[in-house]
Amino acid sequence: MSRRIVPEAIAREPWHVILPLFALNTFGSVVLHSAAGGHMQPWALLHEIHFAVFLVMALIISRLPRELFRRLAFPGYIVLVVLLLIVEVAGKVSGGSQRWLNLGFMQLQPSELMKPGIILILAHFYDNLPPTMTRHWRSLVSAGALVGVPALLVMLQPDLGTGLAICAGAAVVIFLAGPPLWWFISAGAAAAAIAPIAFFTLLHDYQRKRVLTFLDPESDPLGTGYHITQSKIAIGSGGFFGKGFGNGSQSHLDYLPEAHTDFAFATMAEEWGLLGGLFVLAVFMWLFRWGLQVARRAPDRFSMLLAAGMTFTIFFYMAINMMMVMGLAPVVGIPLPFISHGGSALMTNMICVGVIMAVDRWSKRGSSLGL
Amino acid sequence: MLGEQKHVSSGTLQNSFDRRSVVIGGLQASVGILLAVRQGWIGLVQNEKYKMASESNRVNLTLIPPRRGAILDRNNAPIATNRADLRIDLVPERLVDKERTIAELGELLSLDEVALQDLRDKLDKARGFQSVEAASGLRDDVYNRVLVRLPDMPGVVAHLGYSRWYPTGPSVAHLVGYVGPASAKDYEKEKNPLLITPGFKIGKDGLEKHFEATLRGVPGARRAEVTANGKVVRDLDMRDEIPGKPLKLTINAPLQDYAARRIGLESAAVVVMDCQNGQILALTSMPAFDPNEFVGGIGRLQWKMLNEDDHIPLLNKALRGLYPPGSTMKPMASLALLTHGVDPDERVSCPGGYRLGNRFFRCDAVHGSVDMRTAIEKSCNTYFWAMAHRVGYDAIAPVAKQLGLGQEFDLPGTAQRYGTIPDAAWKMRRYKQEWSAADSLNASIGQGYVSVSPLQLAVMTSRIASGRNVQPSLIFGQDKPLGPALPFTPEQLAVAHDGMFRVVNGSGTAGASRLPLDGIQMAGKTGTAQVRALVARGHFGDWKSRDHSLFVCYAPADAPRYAISVVVEHGTFGARAAAPIARDVMTFLFDPAKAMATLIELEKTWGGTPTERMNAKYRAFVSRYGTSAPRVGDDEAVAKTMDAAENTQPPSDGASNETGPTRPEEPPAQAAPEAEPAPTPSPAAPTGAPPAPGAAP
Repeated sequence: MSRRIVPEAIAREPWHVILPLFALNTFGSVVLHSAAGGHMQPWALLHEIHFAVFLVMALIISRLPRELFRRLAFPGYIVLVVLLLIVEVAGKVSGGSQRWLNLGFMQLQPSELMKPGIILILAHFYDNLPPTMTRHWRSLVSAGALVGVPALLVMLQPDLGTGLAICAGAAVVIFLAGPPLWWFISAGAAAAAIAPIAFFTLLHDYQRKRVLTFLDPESDPLGTGYHITQSKIAIGSGGFFGKGFGNGSQSHLDYLPEAHTDFAFATMAEEWGLLGGLFVLAVFMWLFRWGLQVARRAPDRFSMLLAAGMTFTIFFYMAINMMMVMGLAPVVGIPLPFISHGGSALMTNMICVGVIMAVDRWSKRGSSLGL
Repeated sequence: MLGEQKHVSSGTLQNSFDRRSVVIGGLQASVGILLAVRQGWIGLVQNEKYKMASESNRVNLTLIPPRRGAILDRNNAPIATNRADLRIDLVPERLVDKERTIAELGELLSLDEVALQDLRDKLDKARGFQSVEAASGLRDDVYNRVLVRLPDMPGVVAHLGYSRWYPTGPSVAHLVGYVGPASAKDYEKEKNPLLITPGFKIGKDGLEKHFEATLRGVPGARRAEVTANGKVVRDLDMRDEIPGKPLKLTINAPLQDYAARRIGLESAAVVVMDCQNGQILALTSMPAFDPNEFVGGIGRLQWKMLNEDDHIPLLNKALRGLYPPGSTMKPMASLALLTHGVDPDERVSCPGGYRLGNRFFRCDAVHGSVDMRTAIEKSCNTYFWAMAHRVGYDAIAPVAKQLGLGQEFDLPGTAQRYGTIPDAAWKMRRYKQEWSAADSLNASIGQGYVSVSPLQLAVMTSRIASGRNVQPSLIFGQDKPLGPALPFTPEQLAVAHDGMFRVVNGSGTAGASRLPLDGIQMAGKTGTAQVRALVARGHFGDWKSRDHSLFVCYAPADAPRYAISVVVEHGTFGARAAAPIARDVMTFLFDPAKAMATLIELEKTWGGTPTERMNAKYRAFVSRYGTSAPRVGDDEAVAKTMDAAENTQPPSDGASNETGPTRPEEPPAQAAPEAEPAPTPSPAAPTGAPPAPGAAP
């Protein structure tokens, strides 16, 4: 029916995903409006503009042919690694940690782009790998090198959160590519054994403190535990229906730190309660379900791994952020997609969405072409 | 499929992907459920707890310090009161950049280097939670200047509150004590958040401390919505404070102030009592500190000034100064002799001294043949030595105690020292020595081991004057019932009265101190108490070794109403320093205007009122020492210094026994008719008061 009114090209877009995402992002704007003390500036309006711009970008990405992705996978990866190296060197020169490059017209954060980048290169890698090699240990060495270089560079910045996100996305792609299960089980066991050692040797002091605080936030309620404690107070005091739009005392009276970025979910939950939380979760779950469905329906191995990896990258953002604000994970600087203010994270997430949309398009075209 | 481990085809990988993607999907779903459950747990199950935490974040309960109850005199004139005050406080905990804030504040308030140093001291001493007073009593324009800059200076708090105010300053310092910010120790003792509320002051000494519970009141409270940085967004509700209850004293405030001012440059105590009911009308010890200076915490130079003054401003001499009473004991001794059957008309010949064994105790003069009345009038030691030797000193000591000497009185809020009325048992206990006849002679004229406080002298005089066993009281409307009746007949009292009348109005030692009033006459007794064993007479030489000057009196002589005791430390003869002060204070009771005129003339030569002189001295100290003075200790150190002040009193007992007490009651050759206590230049005086009339600020 609608096809008669709406042009085919527009009607074919996955509106059942774009519209919920738009709703989620608009809800984010509402939260940011309140966090700014009832003003569109400086965050809420920009949040919508960002979304619009990046949605257009995602739609453009969704129209790119599969071959282009394949061809760009490796050069893109090399460029990103070089950029990471430049950031590292520039940081050393300026004395301190640096995560972005100033390009004059915008600030580029290569580590953000590396999140979809690592998915792309690994999907490409396993696509080209002969199936028999998948279970050979040499394949793992190559994959490990592909992940290890950028992950190490990012962690050196030091940006633990992004580094973990890159590793997590990569691990899921490798997992889905089909190597023996016992690799993962023993890797998990090894990680569990190494974690305590890494905790005391590899982590920076402030990172170690964050972890300790996470384990016992009340031990230092005015110091590092302050973030978690105040966030839990905000969420907990919201109850089921919340305190109402614009009535969040925790965010408005500055008790909640980073109320518009990392702790935006707490700002939301204080005013909208469990109801708002369930809405946010529902949209995310809808998005992930769609992403995995697209992956399963995908016409080939490359697209499958690509779509599933992109889905998981968004999932990792959401899971870590929400676990953090609810006191289930240490404080890591990872924003909540579509709710938190911040352009580069939104860009990464919309790239992921765009890629999933592209895979969706390939599979539809493939099936319609009878391939 | 599972069996064919060796052969891996794209088909098996596809299968593996399908299975594993279900696992990933399951993982995502379970994280989603976990998060939903977690939010439900925090938001629904623990909702109450977090709601309360959120409220306690949002709402700040500020205590409003209650106005402290006033301390009033017998006519409801304020001795200690509160005045509305614009004040700037610092909260150390909230200071971001301490040095910068202090510097900026110093500029806004135009504080000099000394004041800035004192402020830093106070900040160093304060624990994080406690606020520190930066300035008080500000003018509107200065206050507003700070007010507009407040947002840039975290940790600075501006208040419109009430602060303690002692209108007559130093005059009442020792009487009422002072208030100050609660110390960490106070807070530990009484875990009351009021104590750390900015602007709240606690009684630190004297009546202010003892009657803290009465005077404090109940704090008000203000609930306000505040940001995490402590900024008030809006007020929610208020509860008014309940001011503390007033404390009414028997003191006559104008009289107290007059007595304090009349002391002038001397170091002295004046006690005035109503001799019919025991009410204390004035209890003065000068020089003193200005309790107003203590309210916001005392500065280094003020502390140095107080500590270095050899007139010991930190010692309440009226209650805690102990002096040999000298000849002021003689009316009491007369009563003792009378109760032991001595005939008042019996005459003793005074050849200028008294021989005991092979020692000769020298009297002031050759008095010739004296009876009891004349012996009091002329202050003839020979008479009392002879008589005391006859009836024995053991007959005198109990009467001294009956009349209040060596006794401690029930006066809440005061710290008294009760001194010594020696006897054989006491000497054995203290010195492990037998009581000697020479001890008896010394004690009978108020020398030797005898030491009493000015308050005791006033009580003694009251009891002799009225014949009633009055008990001193300080709280109005709480007169103490009379003690057991005194064992003196009216006739015996009349002998003492006659003698004391003639001291002032006859040809006695204080003839120059008659009241300048028609129809009202005063009876009294001079005393000159030696400080050290000196061969030479102690009315010259350095100030510290001069004799104490004492005077006790009552008036009107025919119908005793008021009793006064005056002790002037190192004032030389009783008639020269103490008696004129007593005369003027007594005059003030009957004709304030006349007494005031005398005082104003005197103050012109002294460099103003005590407060004016202290201010001048402080300015001199600032220009002389600047910021080089050592810092002030905490409350405990202040209290310790005050205690130590007492011990700097030269020992008056024991040391003087060898040479024998020979203190005349008046300067030789009747040199005291003008009787104005020429302000004896004391070591401390030059730094203090350059006698520049009109130097008042």
